[in-house]
Amino acid sequence: MSGRGRIELVGVFKRYPDGTVAVNGVNLTVEDGTYCCLLGPSGCGKTTILRMIAGHEAPTDGEIVIGGENVAGRPPSQRGTAMMFQSYALFPHLTVRDNIAFALRARGMAKAERYREADAVMEQVQLTALANRLPAQLSGGQQQRVALARAIITKPRVLLLDEPLSALDEFLRLQMRSELRLMQKQLGITFIHVTHTQLEAVAVADQVVVMAQGRVEQSASARGIYAEPRSAYVARFMGGQNVLTGKFEAVANGQATLRGPLGQQFVLPQTARSAPAHPAMTFAVRRDRVRLAKQAAVAAPPVNTVFGTVKAIEYQGIYVKVTLALVMPEGAVNGADEFVVYVEEGRYFRDPIAIGEKVAGSWDIDDVHVLTGGPSAGPVH
Amino acid sequence: MLTATGKRPWTFYALAGFFALYVAFLYGPMLCIFILSFQGQGGALVFPMRGFGLYWFVDLFTQVRTGDVLGAISRSIPLALIVMTLTVVISVASGLAFRNRFRGSGILFYGAIASLVAPGLVLSIGIGLMFQLLGLPQHWYSSAVGAQLTSTLPFGLLIMFAVFGRFNRAYEEAARDLGAAPALILRLVVVPIILPGIIAVALFGFTLSYDEFARTLQTSGPTNTLPLEIWSMTTNVTSPALYALGTVTTAFSFIVIAISLTAIALIQRRRFGRTLATKPPVAAGGGAAGG
Repeated sequence: MSGRGRIELVGVFKRYPDGTVAVNGVNLTVEDGTYCCLLGPSGCGKTTILRMIAGHEAPTDGEIVIGGENVAGRPPSQRGTAMMFQSYALFPHLTVRDNIAFALRARGMAKAERYREADAVMEQVQLTALANRLPAQLSGGQQQRVALARAIITKPRVLLLDEPLSALDEFLRLQMRSELRLMQKQLGITFIHVTHTQLEAVAVADQVVVMAQGRVEQSASARGIYAEPRSAYVARFMGGQNVLTGKFEAVANGQATLRGPLGQQFVLPQTARSAPAHPAMTFAVRRDRVRLAKQAAVAAPPVNTVFGTVKAIEYQGIYVKVTLALVMPEGAVNGADEFVVYVEEGRYFRDPIAIGEKVAGSWDIDDVHVLTGGPSAGPVH
Repeated sequence: MLTATGKRPWTFYALAGFFALYVAFLYGPMLCIFILSFQGQGGALVFPMRGFGLYWFVDLFTQVRTGDVLGAISRSIPLALIVMTLTVVISVASGLAFRNRFRGSGILFYGAIASLVAPGLVLSIGIGLMFQLLGLPQHWYSSAVGAQLTSTLPFGLLIMFAVFGRFNRAYEEAARDLGAAPALILRLVVVPIILPGIIAVALFGFTLSYDEFARTLQTSGPTNTLPLEIWSMTTNVTSPALYALGTVTTAFSFIVIAISLTAIALIQRRRFGRTLATKPPVAAGGGAAGG
């Protein structure tokens, strides 16, 4: 059975008749038995990729290989995949049992036999008590379980989930996402889960694929995506990071020195990229790794330090989110550049700060993460 | 609606008065006919009532002089059933086809709708003329069926547009994903889900045909349908039997409508009605205990 659920996309391209390019040359490998999340803002092509793997849409170009077989031209039912639709698309006129047994009915299985199999699956997902209910009589979480049971009754090698949690309220979303993760472990098959919620993706997935404008920006483990974003786009999209830019100045002792737009001096570990050939460099600093101090208390010379005026303070429970408007050290307010610091709750309340106060945020060189992409525009969180 | 002071605005009374007038005009005449049809033997075509009883209902079905009522009914009902069946089949099929844009779909749609605008009487004369020209015999089951379809099909098509406008294609995709062939998807998923809409189309097809007058006038051939028979009776029958006929046919129409609407309501309630009553509290909804 090993390898049956391995998915390989090679140069997949999708152009719609109206000229829109939804997927722009995607190469992606998902190993068998992986929980993979396709993550990106709406319109980034993630759902189109899912639908092309399922066979509900055909790629304009490129290959889709599932378990070593090129599935081009095959109908959805002959790909070994099953799809869980957004809002589930449970048949409203059929009972839970008939919904779950539908795939077997489509295969011409006799009633007694297909009900026996449906009952076994219902047992597995704890739906036995609801067998004769109609979908409208179920809660959101129960509907999701019916959709899951309906999809897995044919024992697919890949389960494709299109925004499976978006129809649920916040409380259920957390509960059902761990149920999904558990189910994936039990079944041992490949899950491909499309979502636009960063926290959802990093919470459940082995492999997170961040997408933008029809391309894959980065594919890595949840921790890899979050702690080591490849580009400014990924860093901004995942949140939790400040993305800064500077002009290259010098290299010395394995360190590169940059000059920030407001005259700040940034020191970075020297990487292959920090060479004079790249005069502008972008890097990220985690919001929780920044030390915040009142400006008067900062020692000179200020290296890896930004100055700013406190613009907003949000209490978040375990930390306090402090948003700064960056300014020149002398105090001239400059532009719209924002800088966010997560201050640990206890530390914040020992020496609280007020809106409008001038502060400085500084970090260690070890907390600098150099980004390879340019300072491209992306969503800011 | 109440204003902040608890008084209704004057527009409420104006609109309520207008609505009362509308209801009086709609049901007043019908009510007069109902009442007058229950007169005794000495009854006439106008008030006051003379006696009370079912005399004219008996008269309607027994006396030859009142016209061929039974014969007309025996033609009108099968005709309505034929028109209803054709309307349902063609409307559903076209509704499915029109979900995708195809070459000429716009022209085809406006062409179909245009027959609603064309005067029925003119259509009827034209169809009658054409049958004569081609040397085809005219009957209620041939030329009249075609003439009536010119009004029922556009209606049916418009209803199906509304039905498919709300139809979520994810149902079909889900069925396809689960391995169902197109014919099976239609039978097990699409038709059951749009059944209330299909009943509505059937109801329209039946009732439009059952009381169609203009389009049948020149196309029914040698025999009359019920509306034609009633019309001819108004010129030569001068007894309350005419009113009795009105009462019988109206009651029949109401029964057909009531059956259809009840069926639609039952389907909708089975699917959605008990949702709120049985939905567990949100906090407990996801757990196994939610069942």
